[in-house]
Amino acid sequence: MTPKTLEVKQNFCAALENVSNMEQLEQLRVEYIGKKGYVTDLLKDMKSLSNEEKKTFGQEVNILKNEVNDKLAEKREELRKKEIELENSRMPEFDISIPADLKRGSYHPITLVQRQCEEVFKSMGFVVEDYSEIVTDYECFEALNIPKTHPARDMQDTYYLGNGQLLKSHTSAAQNAIYKKYKDALINEGKAIKAIFPGRCFRNEATDACHENTFFQMEGIMVDKNISISNLIFFMKTMLSEVFKKDIKVRLRPGFFPFVEPGFELDISCLICGGEGCPSCKHSGWLELCPCGMIHPEVLKAGGIDPDEYTGFAFGLGLTRLAMMKFGIKDIRDLNGGSLKTLSQFTDDK
Amino acid sequence: MFLSLNWISDFVDLSGLDKMELINKFSLSTAEVENEIYFKGSDLSGIVVAEIKSVEDHPESKKLHLLKVDIGEAELVDVVCGAPNVRVGLKTAFAKLGAQIGDITIAPRKLAGYTSNGMCCSEKEIGISDSGDGIMEITDDVKVGTDLKDIYQIDDIIFEVDNKSLTNRPDLWGHYGIAREFAAIAGRELKPLDVADLAAYENLKKVDLKIEDPLCYRYSCLEFGNIGVHTSPVNMRIRLYYCGMRAINFLADLTNYLMLEMGQPMHAFDSRKVEKIRIKRFDKPFKFTTLDGAERDIDENTLMICNDNTPVAIAGIMGGLDSEIVEDTSTLTLESATFDATSIRKSTVKLAHRTDASMRYEKSLDPEMTVPAIARFVKLLTDIDNGAEVTSALTDEYAFKYDDVSLSFDKAFVDKYTGIEIGNDTIVKTLESLGFGVELSGDNFTVKVPSWRATKDVTLKADIIEEITRIYGYDNFDVHTIALPLYPIRTAQEKDDEERIKDILVKRYSMHELHSYVWAYYDEYKALGIEIEDNVELVNATNPNIQTIRKSIVPTQLCQVKYNTSYASDFSVFEIGRVVDGLKDDGMCNEQKKLAITIYSKTNTTEQIYFKLRDVLAVITDELKHKPLVFEKAEASHSYQHPKNLNNIYCDGILLGEIGIVNSAVAKKIDKKANIVYAEIDVKEFAKIANASITYEEPSKFPEIEIDLSFVTEKFEPVAKAIEAANCPMIKSVSVTDIYADESGKSITTKIKFADNERTLTREEVMKVVDGIIAALAADGINLKN
Repeated sequence: MTPKTLEVKQNFCAALENVSNMEQLEQLRVEYIGKKGYVTDLLKDMKSLSNEEKKTFGQEVNILKNEVNDKLAEKREELRKKEIELENSRMPEFDISIPADLKRGSYHPITLVQRQCEEVFKSMGFVVEDYSEIVTDYECFEALNIPKTHPARDMQDTYYLGNGQLLKSHTSAAQNAIYKKYKDALINEGKAIKAIFPGRCFRNEATDACHENTFFQMEGIMVDKNISISNLIFFMKTMLSEVFKKDIKVRLRPGFFPFVEPGFELDISCLICGGEGCPSCKHSGWLELCPCGMIHPEVLKAGGIDPDEYTGFAFGLGLTRLAMMKFGIKDIRDLNGGSLKTLSQFTDDK
Repeated sequence: MFLSLNWISDFVDLSGLDKMELINKFSLSTAEVENEIYFKGSDLSGIVVAEIKSVEDHPESKKLHLLKVDIGEAELVDVVCGAPNVRVGLKTAFAKLGAQIGDITIAPRKLAGYTSNGMCCSEKEIGISDSGDGIMEITDDVKVGTDLKDIYQIDDIIFEVDNKSLTNRPDLWGHYGIAREFAAIAGRELKPLDVADLAAYENLKKVDLKIEDPLCYRYSCLEFGNIGVHTSPVNMRIRLYYCGMRAINFLADLTNYLMLEMGQPMHAFDSRKVEKIRIKRFDKPFKFTTLDGAERDIDENTLMICNDNTPVAIAGIMGGLDSEIVEDTSTLTLESATFDATSIRKSTVKLAHRTDASMRYEKSLDPEMTVPAIARFVKLLTDIDNGAEVTSALTDEYAFKYDDVSLSFDKAFVDKYTGIEIGNDTIVKTLESLGFGVELSGDNFTVKVPSWRATKDVTLKADIIEEITRIYGYDNFDVHTIALPLYPIRTAQEKDDEERIKDILVKRYSMHELHSYVWAYYDEYKALGIEIEDNVELVNATNPNIQTIRKSIVPTQLCQVKYNTSYASDFSVFEIGRVVDGLKDDGMCNEQKKLAITIYSKTNTTEQIYFKLRDVLAVITDELKHKPLVFEKAEASHSYQHPKNLNNIYCDGILLGEIGIVNSAVAKKIDKKANIVYAEIDVKEFAKIANASITYEEPSKFPEIEIDLSFVTEKFEPVAKAIEAANCPMIKSVSVTDIYADESGKSITTKIKFADNERTLTREEVMKVVDGIIAALAADGINLKN
């Protein structure tokens, strides 16, 4: 290497050391390998050389040019990395410990429990029906085999309206209409009636932590040619196990309701103590949850269904009670009270 | 009702059986047993019969006496006793040293200087009655030193059955009926009742008796007298006490005992007061004093027992004071009757006086029971009081007899109803154990219902299923699902809409779902200055504050908003609930299902939340129906509506509801600093809107041309109309990008996007359309902003 070439090279290396940004790098590039750069300038001395020397010198300058180019590229990459690092370092550290802004809405707890129950029954082929809150005396009593002389009729716990209608005191009041709606499909096409009908019910009584004049029930019916008590127990146990997401122990006791025969009170093993006995179940290990039974022949008849040919079961689940049990709500009045401090907590539950 | 296992055991041998298990089975097969079971006598031991041998006054106490008592041991025992009835020769209950009474262990104890080595006990102290006036007086025939539990039935298991679960079982209101259930459950024999032979008195004179009213089904009676016993035997008193009744005197106790044993209420009159027994109602109301001394108003519907025309008792409820047994009563008339259940219930309600008797009559008692009850009464009476005499023949008028109930069914019916296999033998055995007559021929059953189940309880084949299955035990059922043909189950549109609306409001707009009441709460409405509008009324609400059904959810929701003003500066609530808008042509309530939404804000302007709510409604309709909403100005007609910005909401020409601002008068009462807007739409109407299908269009591969135009205009509507009128297929979308207002007026900037699927549009052709729109608006006086 000629001394001059060596000098250019050493000068370049020294200058490169001092480069700290892209602008300086570009300046250096122009200074050395630009059209008038030091490396390009070296070739001016070529003229005075022999052909043999020209070749050697030409190679020498070319090698230097490549070297300079490589070093520049290396430096460029290094600077780029530094720039990114700098940019990254400028990003502040955020305070992730600041509470999340959830912007939560909420469902009414009854909606949550109702949806869970509906889901279970829908998965088993039940249709979800809706019915009015104001019904006739016929729908609420007569069609359910509750005659005029029955004590339930002269008890003052039903809200009557000026026009003779009433606020339904139980969801069973929808049974008659549902039989009539589906009886043709049952009789002519052999389609079993499988329906649930959640709804709001009303009792004319004073309210306290355990009593409300407005509450929710969910009625369920299934009618076909061979529906049995065995099926009834199966469906009740299955439904409750699905709703509570664990194997629920149930027991049936005789219970009297005019619209079922036989009628039952269904108890479930206490959810709090698992059946050991605790204050919640009054130390019995059981919670009374759901009246049910085989649909009374007179009730089927009133719905246009021949009780000699068809049988069915019906149950009435207290949705309000279920919601209270599930969420540990102690005062039933909280459900209709409308306090967002209470109700905004029920975001979703599946 | 309290039940004694000893009493039940009089009629069915339960030896060798687990009693608690039996009671549990009874609860599962017959009627609900309350949780608390009482083990009577279990905390009592070491109580013996003692005879007082000497009584000395205590030198320093007026009340106390120093006794020496014989307890059958070698030495007499020194005892200090404060009872007033101590006397030499009295046999009494004595707690020996080491005896147990509840938590107390008897030990020598000093009383005013003298040591008492044990304690003479009252009946109350040993828990067999509530009589605590003096120490127990035991009859002379009992041997000194005998353990009290060896002579009296102090040890007993008492359980309580929920009366409500017996509503439909008139046969279970006495121990004998309960014993029949235990016999069936345990598979043991029910013993017949031990009764007197009333035929022995056939030749005596009859009582003058006449039923003059169909509400009396049967009236049986008998006269008796020469009663020498005044205090009931100890065991009888213990049973009455354990079952929740006070012992009074022998005759009263005996009628009560019969009622608790057979479920048949009985009443004993002074015979002098009932020489001509007539059962009837009176035409006019009058006052009548019952034996508890209360004067009661009797109306023309209440059935009375009379001595000719003088009322002596309220039938089935309570006897009269005047015909009560008094000291010089020598002859008594025993009544054992059956009355119409509904009539007794109604009279009970009217008199507001429920008795143990009326409670039973309300259940439709078996009229067949009246005579056996008398026969049983006479048996117990003469067993206990050897001198007692029957002085008349049984007099029995049987005016209304229930029809015999006979039911036929076959094995297939039982199989179908139960879904399990229960053998014919089991069916026969079960029904017979409950008193049913059963004939089996092949697989066909003919069942005769016993009279005590035939008054209302068992009338259908389905009732028989209950008898079979409850004794079989529901716990023993093999449970299984059912095989059915498959069909699709479609959710109703309305239900589907409702659930999706809730999801959009909760999940997308962070709203809170509330429930409120279907009626107007007067005081709450009043507090907000919301008028209660005429509507369907509740006629019998116990709460005077609720009389009118709501016409709209909005006012009830505003009441709830008021309640939540401290919850947050901004919140939104909604409810899907019912309202009633008067009556329909057929006289039925016009019930509607509505969605109501209220937005409350202290940080946003009324305009901001109004448009937010408008967008919420538009989003719901767009997502669920893929259709736009149309708004039309409406006139305020309710006290909570603001006169301005009230708009009716339409979709597809269907009126859905309204969006509005809460009237300032009401809003100020809710919160002076908050802005409140509301909307209410009819959910059933909304469900009627057909869901437009999604129309997919392949996006153009050619560039779009966007044109922004700012018009000076108060409203966007004419601009939208002009663009629509251009009817140009190249227009792909129209949006508003800016609204600007200053002193010179309001201007609205709209962005129109043009595109074509086949080619690149030229600026010239687009501008031709744009110029047309501008010209059309200019003709209406709407110009571009400079």
